[in-house]
Amino acid sequence: MSQGSMNLMIGGEAGQGLVTIGQVLAKALVKSGYHILVTQDYMSRVRGGHNTFTIRFSPQDLDSPCEGLDLLVALNQETLARHAKELNAGAVVLADTGLSCGQTPCLNVPYEDLADKRYLNTVALGVAASLLKLDLELVAQTLETAIGKKKGDKVVEENRQALEKASQWAAGQEHGLKPPAPEKEPDKRMMLGGNQAIALGALAGGLKFVAFYPMTPSTAIALTVIAHAEQMGVVYEQAEDEIAAVNMALGASYAGAPALVCTSGGGYALMTEGVSLAGMTETPLVIALAMRPGPATGLPTRTEQGDLLFALHGGHGEFPRAILTPGSVKQCFAAGYRALHLAEKYQTPVFILTDQFLADSLRALTPFDLSGLTPVRPGGGGASGGDYRRYAITGDGISPRRLPGMGPELVIADSDEHDQEGHITEDLELRVRMNDKRLAKQKGLRAEVEPPVFVGPEAADTLLVSWGSSQGPVAEAARRLGEEGQSVATCHFSQVWPLVPDQFAERFKKAGQVVVIEGNATGQFAGLLRKEAGIQAQRFIGRYDGLNLTPEYILRQLAS
Amino acid sequence: MMVDIKDYGDFETAWCPGCGNFSIRKALIQALAESDLAPHQILLVSGIGQAAKTPHYLRCNCFNGLHGRSLPAATGAKLANPELKVITTSGDGCNYGEGGNHFLAALRRNVNLTMLAHDNQIYGLTKGQASPTSMEGMHTKAQPTGVHSYPFNPVAVAVSMHVGFVARGFAGEVEHLAGLIKQALAHPGLSLVDILQPCVSFNKLNTFQWYKERVYKLGEGAEHDPADWDAAIRLSYEFGDRIPIGVIYTNDRPAFDSYFPVLNKGPLATQEVDYGVMEKVLESYC
Repeated sequence: MSQGSMNLMIGGEAGQGLVTIGQVLAKALVKSGYHILVTQDYMSRVRGGHNTFTIRFSPQDLDSPCEGLDLLVALNQETLARHAKELNAGAVVLADTGLSCGQTPCLNVPYEDLADKRYLNTVALGVAASLLKLDLELVAQTLETAIGKKKGDKVVEENRQALEKASQWAAGQEHGLKPPAPEKEPDKRMMLGGNQAIALGALAGGLKFVAFYPMTPSTAIALTVIAHAEQMGVVYEQAEDEIAAVNMALGASYAGAPALVCTSGGGYALMTEGVSLAGMTETPLVIALAMRPGPATGLPTRTEQGDLLFALHGGHGEFPRAILTPGSVKQCFAAGYRALHLAEKYQTPVFILTDQFLADSLRALTPFDLSGLTPVRPGGGGASGGDYRRYAITGDGISPRRLPGMGPELVIADSDEHDQEGHITEDLELRVRMNDKRLAKQKGLRAEVEPPVFVGPEAADTLLVSWGSSQGPVAEAARRLGEEGQSVATCHFSQVWPLVPDQFAERFKKAGQVVVIEGNATGQFAGLLRKEAGIQAQRFIGRYDGLNLTPEYILRQLAS
Repeated sequence: MMVDIKDYGDFETAWCPGCGNFSIRKALIQALAESDLAPHQILLVSGIGQAAKTPHYLRCNCFNGLHGRSLPAATGAKLANPELKVITTSGDGCNYGEGGNHFLAALRRNVNLTMLAHDNQIYGLTKGQASPTSMEGMHTKAQPTGVHSYPFNPVAVAVSMHVGFVARGFAGEVEHLAGLIKQALAHPGLSLVDILQPCVSFNKLNTFQWYKERVYKLGEGAEHDPADWDAAIRLSYEFGDRIPIGVIYTNDRPAFDSYFPVLNKGPLATQEVDYGVMEKVLESYC
């Protein structure tokens, strides 16, 4: 048992259906009154390889995944070979009778006696659910919803039979696995990943257009929007490339549809000229950038926080932007909503920077409260008077945005330097004024920065600093250290740009040592703190092996 | 409402005296006025190049974006506001070189917009390098031993992709070109007008005289049925001693936009977010 929670892993090849049963098991756990935290580790292939789906669950809310397994469902030999060393004391391993367990104590499941081999994953689900004391009917219904079939269908009946046989078999086994009791009478909860939450937040903020080119780990953002597009009145297109995607989004945004593109590092590289165009034409744009390890194609399905400075500097020229870095699935929803509003208000690109870990991490969440939310209303800002000028020079840099075709005013947008009306100019004195006008928007953006969140003693011996998805692992590491009597505080940035030292610098100075923890090799945020706030962290802990940070990883590094 | 060509205004341009762009602008304005389209009803989207400056030289809504990217930007704008009459104006380098992938995708997608390709077979703004439509053997400073790449044939490619409206015009035949643009504007799907145009400064091969001696109008003693795809394909390859101008091919393939019921309700900007529906969406994750 890990900190009052239980950690289970399903491992096997791509194509064995492990994600399906993992999702069903996770959903059944949520419905049974548990909080969950799912970590998915998969290879860049459709069949074969080695993939895992790990669920940490607890009656209490969870911040972070953890190391050490209490239950390992091994669908192939490789899973045993790789993960036997991660087993906690008293852990249970489920393995086919045909697999050799060596020194590892295993429950050997006679899969082929229990069901046709097409239902191997269902048998594994049934045995695991039974060991976790989940209600079989609940699991069966969850599975049926997942495969989109109704009772009476042949596939449904065969799945049910496989589940029942698996459950009967499991009931007769000695195993000693003691899952924590679920929360009694839990609230109704959603099961959501980071990608889905960004999409839903953006929809709640009035998203009307999405264009994308498929790229792991970002694709599910677009797919989630598309799944609800007809209901929510959204237009979408899978573009021919990321260059087209960003330019489509800008065209749509210019014409009044709040727009989002989603991608990962390589695709963002192609989009950067479009990001610069958004800056120059002052066209609202939301870029959801889910990071994976680079350079180039890197590790396409793994995680890293290596593109912070690229998000900050991508796009030639100088123009304002904001970068939101949600730390949890719940914060992803808030970031999706907020990014649309910021982009519209400041007429400039806004980033939502996540990574594969957070993008694919499923959590249990109370349905978001929609009361008080308002959609973005494009084109409303500023008074234009009779003589409309799209880029009128104003004190706050925000010019009146109108929508083409929606009134008699002509809306001129130009990627060249332009005059206040929007027409191309090479008047160099005017160039300076227009550049100043665009950059003036930074002042407003700075005033709206979400301050970092401090937890723990004011003048702690150690201040652990994180941004984005590192929040959870850092929070749990700090909690464990606190339980040992150490003086540890945390500071998490859910927005890394603009960076406003007034929000945090004083408190950083009070800490005995500042440790910046992020998923990259070079300490990009640590560098940004140095440059923007003059803060030199005493230590930097980085991870760049493609896996997410864990509390254990952080504790080991701190101790070394 | 009657729209007059004066509604589109007078502008000082950055074009060379004698440039084909002047005639194309004139034909475009004539077609717009004859189509009764007022400046605020139209959106001109362009990339970069001399042709791409066109939207600055008439009164209209204008999105002058990046080199090669006029088609995706125009696609996004049209899909956000189906009531806008969206027209792209860019050159051969922008459309067929830098934006080549977008051209191919646009032909497949068939969004309801009009693509005016100012095709002078040379890069003008960068001072005379070969373009994708430059003829083999043309010498430039960047191709001192002559152009060795086979010229891109946008009309043949569009016809082969069954684009709903494909035409070729000539900047030296303004009335005829205005007629083609007017028909293109009326077509409910992607319409391509590839417009042959001399570059007086840099293309010393395909001069006004060169085109004048070769172009002939379809339908004036050269009968052609634009619904006949096989004939259209043959015509699209006629580019030598004789070059046909006119409507090469038409069909009634449904526009991409027509597959989004939400667009029947008008511009997306006017449509409210239904938080009752949003709650149901959230419920589906429980």
